[in-house]
Amino acid sequence: MSEVAYPGTSPEGSSKLPSPPGRGGSAVDPHARQVRKFRMQDLFFHQITLLFAFIVLAALAGILISLAIEARPALRQFGVAFLWTDVWSVPDDEFGALSAIYGTVVTSIIALAIAVPVSFGIALFLTETCPVWLRRPLGTAIELLAGVPSIIYGIWGLFVFAPLFSEHVQPFLQAAVGDTPIISGWFAGPPIGIGILTAGIVLSLMVIPFVASVMRDVFETVPPELKESAYSFGCTTWEVVTNIVLPYTRVGVIGGIMLGLGRALGETMAVTFVIGNANRIVGSLFAPGTSIASTLANEFGEADPGLHSSSLFALGLVLFVITFIVLAISQWLIRRGIAKQGK
Amino acid sequence: MNLYSRRILTNRIGITLSMVAMAFGLAALLWILWTLFSNGFAALSWDFFTQDTPAPGTEGGGLRNAIVGSLMIIGVTTLVSTPIGILAGIYLAEFGATSKFAATTRFVTDIMLSAPSIVVGLFVYALVVATLGGFSGWAGSLALSLIAIPVVVRTTENMLLLVPTALREAAFAVGAPRWQVSLKVTLRAVKAGVVTGILLAIARVTGETAPLLFTALNNQFFSTDMSQPMGNLPVVIFQFAMSPYDNWVSLAWGGALLIALLVLGINIVARVLFRNKTSA
Repeated sequence: MSEVAYPGTSPEGSSKLPSPPGRGGSAVDPHARQVRKFRMQDLFFHQITLLFAFIVLAALAGILISLAIEARPALRQFGVAFLWTDVWSVPDDEFGALSAIYGTVVTSIIALAIAVPVSFGIALFLTETCPVWLRRPLGTAIELLAGVPSIIYGIWGLFVFAPLFSEHVQPFLQAAVGDTPIISGWFAGPPIGIGILTAGIVLSLMVIPFVASVMRDVFETVPPELKESAYSFGCTTWEVVTNIVLPYTRVGVIGGIMLGLGRALGETMAVTFVIGNANRIVGSLFAPGTSIASTLANEFGEADPGLHSSSLFALGLVLFVITFIVLAISQWLIRRGIAKQGK
Repeated sequence: MNLYSRRILTNRIGITLSMVAMAFGLAALLWILWTLFSNGFAALSWDFFTQDTPAPGTEGGGLRNAIVGSLMIIGVTTLVSTPIGILAGIYLAEFGATSKFAATTRFVTDIMLSAPSIVVGLFVYALVVATLGGFSGWAGSLALSLIAIPVVVRTTENMLLLVPTALREAAFAVGAPRWQVSLKVTLRAVKAGVVTGILLAIARVTGETAPLLFTALNNQFFSTDMSQPMGNLPVVIFQFAMSPYDNWVSLAWGGALLIALLVLGINIVARVLFRNKTSA
């Protein structure tokens, strides 16, 4: 950092700063006037920046308030039971959030079940076993994966992944499970490619880069002395990672997983393309379902004003509150995990 | 099997699995990019850039209106979110070291970075579209700005915190007022980092679809009127990909490729720019 050329320290730069005024003979001390002027400007500057910081806070409050206002008719009509009612019928004006919440939660769980071990492997590889010259390009590749817009995952999932999945993987899964009780129910039904499981898998690909980046960052906070002393006892890399790195970074790792969960819960496009958009709960993971975000994306544009649109706002409110809590916990954990570095 | 060889074996299995995970991540990236390129390039042609989105059932067509609409919406978003984000970032870095308000803002900004973007769309719908009576490009820009601002705020703050205190003190010592120190010394010192943040924010909103669904909506015709519904690439991709028409699906792939190239390009430029300035 110290080699950066700071414009302010160069001769041309400093000449733009106010030069001390000469000792003039006017009645009011020009120094005092200048200082007063600067004080006023600084106060003004402080208030202006404060105002803009306030805008960010106000946006969040505004989102919560406006969703709550718009959701009120629906919440008054259906009460708290809105959360666990499994009805979504536009003709009857009967709405309940359960099927959407179910789809949201189940797809997110599937996504994390895949993303967490894979991300752990990627982070382990990048910090422990990867040759140094490869670390940067591979790390960048993973970060680029995080930058790919979710609609790309969605369109890829619909046209490339889903057909392949229904043709090769789903029949295979059904055959492999056979008649095992409970588990066979998860994979029951026609293998049509789109559905809850597909949505969860596409979602996992989207979440992996986020979780892997956080895990890599917290793994790097482990003091080398700790790891080296374990190696000096003859520990293998795997033992160092499971006995030293993971316990040391536990908090940050959980924070990263929660960040991935927050992302997965609120993701719209990657899910909407492949989940099948059916407002019902079927035990099978092969069946089409819906999530809160995909219901909003599909129905809000054509919703009638009144209970339907109000119920959609209520769904949005539920989603926002859930993700807010998950993300708040994740931020708190990640910060605690990274702060350890200083100790 | 003795203890020693069991430990070696566990280690081998663990390391191999981590390599498999890495290969899995890279393979996913390459697979997605490959299908995107092979399907997308087939759709690109002169017409793709010079014709408007086709009506249902008609042949050919392009995405001119959607490309122009997206550029205008993103342009306005950049103009709105850059000053707000930078000033809020300055507040957090220069005035907010100890205040509760700044800590809260920082926390909220971090959450907004990952908040579901579709909810932002709902908010802008309730705030602007429903009250002012119509979908518009402005509403789309507002929704995207709410997503872009946190990115700019956090990068600006993080960059400013890297500036050594000695530099600020040197400027104060020659009598510069605080606003000049902030704008002319520290902000200039981290110019590359702040530009990186703006680029990342642009990359982030370029592919955002959900917030535009209920704000900018879509427009089948060419329009540069921001107060009207406006065609834009993400929503067109969404509608066309789900449609039964082959030429629409093909256009959706072309649009997806365009967006992906733009986003990856901006990401790479931002990285190169940032690396050159910080490791020089």
